[in-house]
Amino acid sequence: MHDKTLTQLANALDSGELSSRELTEHYLQRIQQSDAMLNSFISVTADHALEQADAADQARAKGNAGFLTGLPLALKDIFCTQNIKTSCGSKMLDNFIAPFDATVVEKLKAAGTVTLGKTNMDEFAMGSSNESSYYGPVKNPWDLTAVPGGSSGGSAAAIAAGLTPAALGTDTGGSIRQPAAFCGITGLKPTYGRVSRYGIIAYASSLDQAGPMARSAEDCAHLLNAMAGHDARDSTSMARGVPDYTDTLSAPLSGLKIGLPQEYFGEGLDPDVEKAVREAVSVYESLGATVREVSLPHTHYAIPAYYVIAPAEASSNLSRFDGVRFGHRCDNPSDLIDLYKRSRAEGFGEEVQRRILIGTHTLSEGFFDAYYTKAQKVRRLIRQDFLDAFEDVDVLMGPASPTPAFDLGANKDPVSMYLQDIYTIAVNLAGIPGISVPAGFVHGRPVGLQILGTHFAEAQLLNVAHQFQQITDWHLQRPAFAEESA
Amino acid sequence: MALEDSHVRRAAHLARLAVSDEQASDFVEDLSRILDMVDQLQSVNTDGVSPLAHPLDATQRLRADEVTESNQRDNFQRCAPAVENGLYLVPRVVE
Repeated sequence: MHDKTLTQLANALDSGELSSRELTEHYLQRIQQSDAMLNSFISVTADHALEQADAADQARAKGNAGFLTGLPLALKDIFCTQNIKTSCGSKMLDNFIAPFDATVVEKLKAAGTVTLGKTNMDEFAMGSSNESSYYGPVKNPWDLTAVPGGSSGGSAAAIAAGLTPAALGTDTGGSIRQPAAFCGITGLKPTYGRVSRYGIIAYASSLDQAGPMARSAEDCAHLLNAMAGHDARDSTSMARGVPDYTDTLSAPLSGLKIGLPQEYFGEGLDPDVEKAVREAVSVYESLGATVREVSLPHTHYAIPAYYVIAPAEASSNLSRFDGVRFGHRCDNPSDLIDLYKRSRAEGFGEEVQRRILIGTHTLSEGFFDAYYTKAQKVRRLIRQDFLDAFEDVDVLMGPASPTPAFDLGANKDPVSMYLQDIYTIAVNLAGIPGISVPAGFVHGRPVGLQILGTHFAEAQLLNVAHQFQQITDWHLQRPAFAEESA
Repeated sequence: MALEDSHVRRAAHLARLAVSDEQASDFVEDLSRILDMVDQLQSVNTDGVSPLAHPLDATQRLRADEVTESNQRDNFQRCAPAVENGLYLVPRVVE
């Protein structure tokens, strides 16, 4: 049953062919059998999951079931969950039990979903390989010597391995789309403000956004239905109606105007990845779409702008971890400053400390205008590139990442790791939505096609992705790992 | 803009991070490479461009000034390392 999509499982629950308890037990058993190899979960919440499953089965028996009722999923360990550890992949929060649920967690619970557990991630979502986690790296189920991508690497790997049918991730610079590409699953980063950030441990508040990760665009549409919407507790969530994202999945694509940003097909792109992406684009042409080249001239400046803005926001957000109110505290502090300094030095890993230091430095007196204000101006130019492109085309397409999943340990230098996010980072700076869908393989490792739309174009992206998945089967392929461990 | 050891030490103090001498020199090296990459921004002409803080250029909404939260002190202090009588315990600040 773990080779089925969320939508197929929902149908099986609906027809009575399967109970939520059976489904939940099956996935819990799979996690127990195979996750030691992958390390995709930080916490498995078996008892809690079975309680939720029984409640879902009872609701269904009474005729009170919605589409998601009784379906299991996993949460990236960045979402606060009441009475369940929320570590954010950090030693700092290894002992943190959140006193409340994030808004999206609350919404998914209300929709009747079952939480299997919390997935592994780069520490505080800072990474592109899941190697910065305090709980150790996650392995890619397609090739255990490869990374799963990051920062939502645990969520992506668990779905690919059939340990959960779906999961939530967050995306600040590519952290849903790049691991989705590396693990051969579908992952959507919604428009900034589409999904509430309340209760999601903040990395860079003007860039962070939560989104669904699953086996298909249709599954993502069902999850986004439950996740999206205004939240009075997040002042940046947009007060804007939420459509039913499944309504438009079947809309025909004839006449769709696709733009290929020339900057996304240049130097540094693996030729085999390019070939897979161009073949995917030609599938769209067969569906009646037209394709033209466009330019996003400031693409080259997205990574430099991001590495000012994101660390600046992070240095401020992470100042809350002070060893006083929650989280790690050092032993025998001599005074309050010593308590702060040693608790933070012991609790944060190297990459997190690096970003706090960059952010603190670039925001400090004498450097603020040259770095932070300059980066915010460039950010406007980057956003304008996209807005100009969407005057002429409906969606943009390109690779989600310049290469397939790289080997564990391959990018030891921070700057070379940062450059991995070349095609995803500008999207967060602009606040637009993006989706990665499986589009082939290179040497046995998956390739992701990234599709971008203008602000609040999630329904269109899901439609465009779904139509591709109606006539291709890349998204249905499973790694040998998922079969052998059955 | 070259990064010096004193910059890293100042940032570490401002960010309340204990950094050993050895770590400080590693950070100078790493951060210098990152800032060299970031310095590409200086070549972009941004004359007349205003900074973008929110990707939708949205401003903060105001809400009614009403009490909406209940007192959950015990609940919130359950995850604190040291509390006593509803207070957070820290080393003595005033002798």
